[in-house]
Amino acid sequence: MSNQHHPDTGRSSWITPFNVVAFIIVLIGLYLTYLRFTGGLAAITNLDDNYPWGIWISFDLLCGVALAAGGYTTAAACYVFGIHKYHAAVRPAVLTAFLGYALVVFALHYDVGQPWRLAYPIFVQPGTTSVLYEVGLCVFLYLTVLFLEWLPAPLEALKLKRVRNIMIKLTFVLTVFGIILSTMHQSSLGALYLILPSKMHPLWFSSHLPIYFFISSMFAGLSMVIFESTLSHRWYHKKMDKEHLEGTPHVTFGFAKAAAWIMGGYFFIKFFGVVLNANWAYLPTFYGMIFSLEMLGFVALPALLYAKGVRTRNIKLIRWTAVLAVLGIIFNRFNVSLVAYNYHLPSEDKYFPHIGEIGITIFVVTVGLILFKVIGNNTPIFYEHPDYKGSH
Amino acid sequence: MNRRKFLGAVGAAGLTVAGAGKVLAADKQVTGASIKGVKGLPDSYAVLFDCNRCIGCRQCEDACNYEQNLPEPDVDFWDTGVFERRRRTDWKTYTIVNQYDDKPPGAGQLYRKTQCMHCMEPACASSCFVRAFAKRHDGAVTYDAKMCVGCRYCMMACPFNIPAYEYHIASDPLVTKCTFCEHRLEKDEEPACVEICPTRAMEFGTRQEMLREARRRIVEKPDSYVEHIYGEHEMGGTNWLYLSPVPFEQVGMRMDLGTKAAGEFTSGALGGVPLITALWPVFLVGAYAIAKRKEKYAKEDRDKYVSQLIAQAGPEAGRRLAERLSKTEKLDKAAIEEEVRKALDEAAAKTEREGH
Repeated sequence: MSNQHHPDTGRSSWITPFNVVAFIIVLIGLYLTYLRFTGGLAAITNLDDNYPWGIWISFDLLCGVALAAGGYTTAAACYVFGIHKYHAAVRPAVLTAFLGYALVVFALHYDVGQPWRLAYPIFVQPGTTSVLYEVGLCVFLYLTVLFLEWLPAPLEALKLKRVRNIMIKLTFVLTVFGIILSTMHQSSLGALYLILPSKMHPLWFSSHLPIYFFISSMFAGLSMVIFESTLSHRWYHKKMDKEHLEGTPHVTFGFAKAAAWIMGGYFFIKFFGVVLNANWAYLPTFYGMIFSLEMLGFVALPALLYAKGVRTRNIKLIRWTAVLAVLGIIFNRFNVSLVAYNYHLPSEDKYFPHIGEIGITIFVVTVGLILFKVIGNNTPIFYEHPDYKGSH
Repeated sequence: MNRRKFLGAVGAAGLTVAGAGKVLAADKQVTGASIKGVKGLPDSYAVLFDCNRCIGCRQCEDACNYEQNLPEPDVDFWDTGVFERRRRTDWKTYTIVNQYDDKPPGAGQLYRKTQCMHCMEPACASSCFVRAFAKRHDGAVTYDAKMCVGCRYCMMACPFNIPAYEYHIASDPLVTKCTFCEHRLEKDEEPACVEICPTRAMEFGTRQEMLREARRRIVEKPDSYVEHIYGEHEMGGTNWLYLSPVPFEQVGMRMDLGTKAAGEFTSGALGGVPLITALWPVFLVGAYAIAKRKEKYAKEDRDKYVSQLIAQAGPEAGRRLAERLSKTEKLDKAAIEEEVRKALDEAAAKTEREGH
């Protein structure tokens, strides 16, 4: 996946800071890949029998999927709820989601022991009692849906008008499919942890974990769209057409408002979780501190800042809040999968990622950025193709 | 019978049925787990481990290593130095013995053997997305190496921390765990570790027999045992059962696992799948239809307003037209069209102003 595009970054005529750094990261990533597939997982990970899942699951899978939620939220707002002003945001969001999911699947090839069997659960012997099966099936199907949703852009660039028009007709059906599949696997990622209550800290374990994961994926996706548009305006400002440039403030304010409301609701259902499970006694402990930091610093605070940003029409504040909210999602997913998990183990038995694991994660994110740049530069993502102006 | 009486009767009938269920459950031999769905396998093989009898000789570890063709151990099996720390199962040890008292390593009186508990409703089997794990009727929880993808969710799910992984192998790493010597069970032979045990710390038989034996020991020597058979109900029941002279937490066994089988923790969430698949399209198409209809009504309202304005502008345009006609007294077709166009433009401009 990386191999077909990384040589682009190496062309000497393209020497820019981004390309140089990306090139170096890709080289390191390829070397780590070599180590991983010749020396086994032990060569570049600190995974052990007590910690079978490390940051490749916490970040690459859990955060990757949550942060790619912008695809379904944006498409839902525009095509299902009929807020056409968000139309310009759909293509970048769908592209981000498509690349996000593709990279999740790519990263899983490093994590599972025998990646050549990754399709077994779907095509050879499905284990339908497993939550992971549901996750796998939904991610597989949703990746296909996202590919089809993204397809009109390259088809326009390739001037394949008839196929492109057929794909456009499928937009609504694909959007509905996408929302159903996202609802299921976003929540299932939380449901993965339901089977191990004895290993999870009570502050994060709840039978409502699937609901927490689903609700938080919504504002993760909205925040990611705001954050991504900030980056895109740096890279692609010249490419953007009038619709895109005029649509961006609508998207930023609208999404910030929605995120503020959803985060408020999320804060309260999490709070009710503490009340229902009578977890008050854990709050003054070390884990309680982390939990409170997560809830106050990374949910309540960004919710309020979003609300303030919308009221005072402060686009800069909203953009920084989006960064805070994205970090909050990462913090939450790490807390569930690494801090709460195995909380009872003595500290010397706990896991800290190997430099190689961090390296592969950075490599995967970099590959995503490179692909986003290449695709954003070569297909109508930030502007409407002249042949199809206003044809949506 | 009035309505209130009828409802009362229904309630009483419900209570009777529930009560009857309880009596029946109590009547049955408590061999299986007492929860719904786990029927229990009373005739499956089981092992009863008695902490009172184990002397920490580690011959079971040796026998397991030999029987399963495992690699050479890091430390010899007679080396008591291993008791200095708590060990767990790994890729080259399917079973281990730990010491749980403060006496010098190897000179203690409280040891316990750890291996796969062979749950009746195994978490590993429930969590495996390729069904690589299976519970056999003879009691063994088996692993199919040809299916395993290596996702290691079984290791996450196992409440007893048993499955281990061959992290050091690049080409075909596998999950490893005690097999209950399934090849021996097929011949109705006891597992290698049970066979070699010099103190009969392990007893082999059907699960029903082992539960009876455990109860007999507790009844005969109440001072030597805590009154609990570990594994009778834990996580829906297991085929390895434990007796201990001290509370089970003191021999490293968690008492807070509960009696629910692992699969029950996720069945609710998985049950949501058909619900979402069925309801979401209805809600989403509904939301879409509502949005569309609103747009349609808004458009209708606007069109109506525009035609009203045109109608209002009509007489005005007609008056101007008449004035002009009277001046020229000539019917100029072009002039009429010009006036109509003006009137329409005015109306449209007015709508736009008011629309904003």
